Amino acid sequence: MNDFALSRRDFLTASALIGGLVIAFFIPAARRFAHAQPAPAKLPAPNAFLRIGADDQITVMIAHSEMGQGIWTALPMLIAEELDADWGRIRVEHAPAAPAYAHTVFGLQMTGGSTSTWSEFDRYRQAGALARALLVSAAAQRFGVSATDCRTQNGVVICGEKRARYGELAEAAAKLEAPRSVALREPKDWKVIGKPTRRLDTPEKTTGRAQFGIDVQFDGLLTAVVARSPVFGGKVKSYDATKARAVPGVRDVVQVPSGIAVVADHFWAAKLGRDALAVEWDPGLGVDFDSTTQWDEFRRLAGTRGAVAARAGDAAAALKRATKVLEAEYTVPYLAHATMEPLNCAVRIGTDKCETWTGTQFQGIDQQVAAGITGLKPGQIEIHTPFLGGGFGRRATPTSDFVNEAVHVAKAAGKPVKTVWTREDDTRGGYYRPAYLHRLRVGVGADGLPMAWAHTLVGQSILVGTPFEPMMVKDGVDATSVEGVSDSPYMKEIRNHRVDLHSPRTVVPVLWWRSVGHSHTAFVMESMIDELAASAARDPVEYRRALLKQHPRHLGVLNLAAKKSGWDAKLPAGRARGIAVHESFGSWLAQVAEVSIEGGRIRVHRVVCAIDCGVAINPAGVVAQVEGGVAFGLGAALHSRMDVREGRPQQSNFHDYRVLRLDEMPAVEVHIVPSTERPGGVGEPGVPPIAPAVANAVFALTGQRLRDLPLAPAS
Amino acid sequence: MKLDINGATSEVEAPADMPLLWVLRDLLHLTGTKYGCGIAQCGACTVHVDGRPLRSCVTPVGAVGGRKITTIEGLSADGSHPVQRAWAELDVVQCGYCQSGQIMSAAALLAAEPNPSDAAIDAALTGNLCRCGTYQRIRAAVHRAAELGSTGSSS
Repeated sequence: MNDFALSRRDFLTASALIGGLVIAFFIPAARRFAHAQPAPAKLPAPNAFLRIGADDQITVMIAHSEMGQGIWTALPMLIAEELDADWGRIRVEHAPAAPAYAHTVFGLQMTGGSTSTWSEFDRYRQAGALARALLVSAAAQRFGVSATDCRTQNGVVICGEKRARYGELAEAAAKLEAPRSVALREPKDWKVIGKPTRRLDTPEKTTGRAQFGIDVQFDGLLTAVVARSPVFGGKVKSYDATKARAVPGVRDVVQVPSGIAVVADHFWAAKLGRDALAVEWDPGLGVDFDSTTQWDEFRRLAGTRGAVAARAGDAAAALKRATKVLEAEYTVPYLAHATMEPLNCAVRIGTDKCETWTGTQFQGIDQQVAAGITGLKPGQIEIHTPFLGGGFGRRATPTSDFVNEAVHVAKAAGKPVKTVWTREDDTRGGYYRPAYLHRLRVGVGADGLPMAWAHTLVGQSILVGTPFEPMMVKDGVDATSVEGVSDSPYMKEIRNHRVDLHSPRTVVPVLWWRSVGHSHTAFVMESMIDELAASAARDPVEYRRALLKQHPRHLGVLNLAAKKSGWDAKLPAGRARGIAVHESFGSWLAQVAEVSIEGGRIRVHRVVCAIDCGVAINPAGVVAQVEGGVAFGLGAALHSRMDVREGRPQQSNFHDYRVLRLDEMPAVEVHIVPSTERPGGVGEPGVPPIAPAVANAVFALTGQRLRDLPLAPAS
Repeated sequence: MKLDINGATSEVEAPADMPLLWVLRDLLHLTGTKYGCGIAQCGACTVHVDGRPLRSCVTPVGAVGGRKITTIEGLSADGSHPVQRAWAELDVVQCGYCQSGQIMSAAALLAAEPNPSDAAIDAALTGNLCRCGTYQRIRAAVHRAAELGSTGSSS
């Protein structure tokens, strides 16, 4: 058994919560939004992360937001593993915002970076183990036996013929002193971890009962739609709300820092009111911005030295000695997240507290932002987190932009208001995956393998100017700009390399987009390796094997994907395969894509994936995330782009900002490498390899090397 | 205006050109039907009108007076519609936001075509976007729902 000493801080937290848990975590029914299940009666509970009711119901409070990634199921599994809980009695709630729920690594309550499961791997197991220990102690006292003579099974403590349900013991257990340490089970004894487990949120999500932020309704809640500058960085010069106020149902028109909000009885009236507004904008300097001509500036920068992100040996000198030098330039466009649920946030401001209801990935920052606007203390900001209708990073803005605006709207209106973005607002709202240009010069030796690599990236930093800058930007290098290049396994094997980074600033707000820097670096690295293999007239898999000899986890997934895809088997005429392998967020992925080109369009028929994510806590969830990652990445690889002209985003809705549709979904197979390593992330790593796997397949099929996303084969 | 929704008559006061979606969501508090695009491009707002799938975001409420409207809340009393059961069996959902629309489109397809081919499923559901990428499971779940029994007419 692994003995986990509970630190003094954890211990105090645990015992304080045992005493005060009901107060800390009980949310009175009146404060919940309409349609929510009635709050359970006062329940004693062993610690902050679960409560056990007299009715045997086990409520798990999850410190991270469920946005599709399955944390609603994976975290309860960790508790259930140690608690020997009856899985059928578990229900789940999002935790409120409170210091106890801060991310174990980042120190802020948040969801992102594919970290939720691994960062909670110990904490949630400890919570389960602590609860079990207390329940066993309570049972031992009741039975008049030693705790060591008791065992637990499926929500019951058993000692010989004596049995007591957890619910019967909960109240007594809550009064006991927490043990100073708890033992966690050895992996060989796991019964829940590693077992494919269906999602716990399916019943509400298949019946329309699931509550998303946009569904929040309560008496007196109005709805606002905001007119924002059509040009990034623009400001309101003047406005006339006469016609807007005349729209039936419109209650108020208020100015907020981001624009003019029309507040109405319901969305439709607010939207008609917004349409009727006459606003004159001062567009500011943003009108000079054009995402097409930006490439010229990026190319100019790429010809100059930037901040050094990685360096070994002398790449310039080695390039001169190379047998052959390959040069290439790759580009990727701005991308919107396009979550299915458009942004929204409901806010109610009282004299001593402010409540927000929104699908958020950043409760910790939302709290600070709302406190700043209302003049309340962060502890007085009550954050309610309904389900998120997708996140992909958009609901984790370092400025909490959509919460900030909604708090301003409610404050200016003097009433509870839900601010809802239209799809057009959401698509044109910025916070895009930054556009990037990569320029590479790779020197190849007589053996056909790379011996010098010079790589320059040009694109906006996500983190400069945010609270994360001190932590994640070093010597002018934003780690999220170069992840996947500077730490690439190939780079490690090339004695002479240099990675330069330019981070120009523009008016376009940028943000992490599912898989962040890896969303472009994997495309570039895995395409370039394919170019090198082709140049050396070697098989792409065999070539990668030669380069990845010292990287067993890369090799493991590469070989597994190659084998499962039948890499060496012949395909029918008109079809070809491409492969890519990439590590991100602590997991290794390889994908083999099988493509054809029909009527000038790339068609992806099958994608075989191999993932090594360490211990797969819920293999069913891992498979779903990789399938979804392929679809998300494939939509971007084939279709998505945001263009900006004169500072104005050009695409607006799903007719012109295209994403993957069902008829384009390939058959995706996911194979998990058995592992006892610590868990890695799975929400994002499925995304990066698909674009290069498809581009490499198109090359194999047609000989065309596509170096720009979205991929556009010449017909 | 009187509306026949999920087998009951609802009385609403709304301008005739107000989209059915917002009448359902904001006036009748039936929030299971979702707003995704407002221009019939994503399918999240799909409901049944006289048994046929319709994008409620572009359907004026004035056009559906006296017609039978079924929303996700009325598809079954307890989540037991074959499509809902198949969705659970195959663990389809992720974020879940698009799934009301997916399920309504699938149920309408099965009502019209109890044993649809892959091509028929693609044609019927390609208008329903899912950003989580649950498409492969949706396809499989439609086939499974067909097996679970004819859907009968849900609306």
